[in-house]
Amino acid sequence: MAGSVTREDLEAMSGVNVLKCMRCGKCSATCPSYENMEYHPHEFVYMVERGEIDKLLASKSIYTCLSCFACVDRCPRQVEPAVLIEAVRNAAERRQSGNHMAENDVPKIYDLDPDLPQQAIVSGFRKYRK
Amino acid sequence: MTYSYFPGCTLKNKATDLDHYARISAEALGFTLEEIPEWQCCGGVYPMAQDEIVTRLSSVRALKAAEDRNQNLVTLCSACHNVIKQVNNDMQTNEYISSHVNNYLGKEETYHGNVQVLHYLEVLRDEVGFDELAKKVVNPLKGKKIGAYYGCLLLRPSRVLQMDNPENPQIMEDFICAIGAEPVIYAQRNECCGGYLTMEDKSIPERRAAAIKQNALDSGADMLITACPLCLYNLTRNGGEAVPVKYFTELLAEALGLKEGE
Repeated sequence: MAGSVTREDLEAMSGVNVLKCMRCGKCSATCPSYENMEYHPHEFVYMVERGEIDKLLASKSIYTCLSCFACVDRCPRQVEPAVLIEAVRNAAERRQSGNHMAENDVPKIYDLDPDLPQQAIVSGFRKYRK
Repeated sequence: MTYSYFPGCTLKNKATDLDHYARISAEALGFTLEEIPEWQCCGGVYPMAQDEIVTRLSSVRALKAAEDRNQNLVTLCSACHNVIKQVNNDMQTNEYISSHVNNYLGKEETYHGNVQVLHYLEVLRDEVGFDELAKKVVNPLKGKKIGAYYGCLLLRPSRVLQMDNPENPQIMEDFICAIGAEPVIYAQRNECCGGYLTMEDKSIPERRAAAIKQNALDSGADMLITACPLCLYNLTRNGGEAVPVKYFTELLAEALGLKEGE
């Protein structure tokens, strides 16, 4: 893989200091997407700390964070795991052919479900592609 | 009082009720929402990365348009509110983001976060006052047990949004009291509905909505209200029909006697 992503890249992009984490697990305990994640919010924090970033980049977990800010608000150390997860997702999507959803997928999704609010479509576009 | 108003993409399409009832209720309560010209979609989700500049521009253009008119900016959709308020905070506090955005805009005048972003509910609470609102209610919704559904974007991150206590909010409950109904407190009121994941995997919003509605039902609610079109969609599509979900502005218009004869 060309141009590996480093812990320093992710810290710069997110502004998150992974060393602030005290491993209490409250972020994962409060995460509404917990059951849908291979790696959970607290794991993102320590895996970035250890440099196990390729595993995160390849994991579907980066697309199941809802960005609901529950972990951000409830972290007793202001680590802000969701902001770190977003940085990993950005790093994955900024690579060539890194988009998670194609433009042509959207009309198909919409045809199946014409009640879908525009808000879902624009949010999906922001989250799933660069 | 006149405010600049950012309706957002969904309020012009699938959520026209949320917009319409807000505007007519505003006039009845003595304030005006003046839609800013040529606004652009906020993007629906706040770009969290420090180096995401372009995705912040539409919010800053809206804020700048409000500043040019010497008005504060009112939002109604929870997502627009969340995005624009957080970007406004970046323009106030983050020198890297603020300088890059201002360079990108290339205007002689720069923007540094001087506009105040207010959610419509904040206007009702802080500018109109819930006591004054209650005096203008002609059709109190007596006997209705209503659960406020805050979801995620209205309250969090609380450090930036500063709208209410994120774990024990009361702004929507106070609103429900003001229109003559009875608020129902339930644990899931500030937990996420599953949001945009409905684009890819319906099972997550299905499970979330079922948990939220069951909790509201068990707590005695016979209706939920929300300010977010995506919450309304996810909650209406999933979790059964026992608890209908409405926009809070529709109940506001009903209580003010503005719904009849339409």
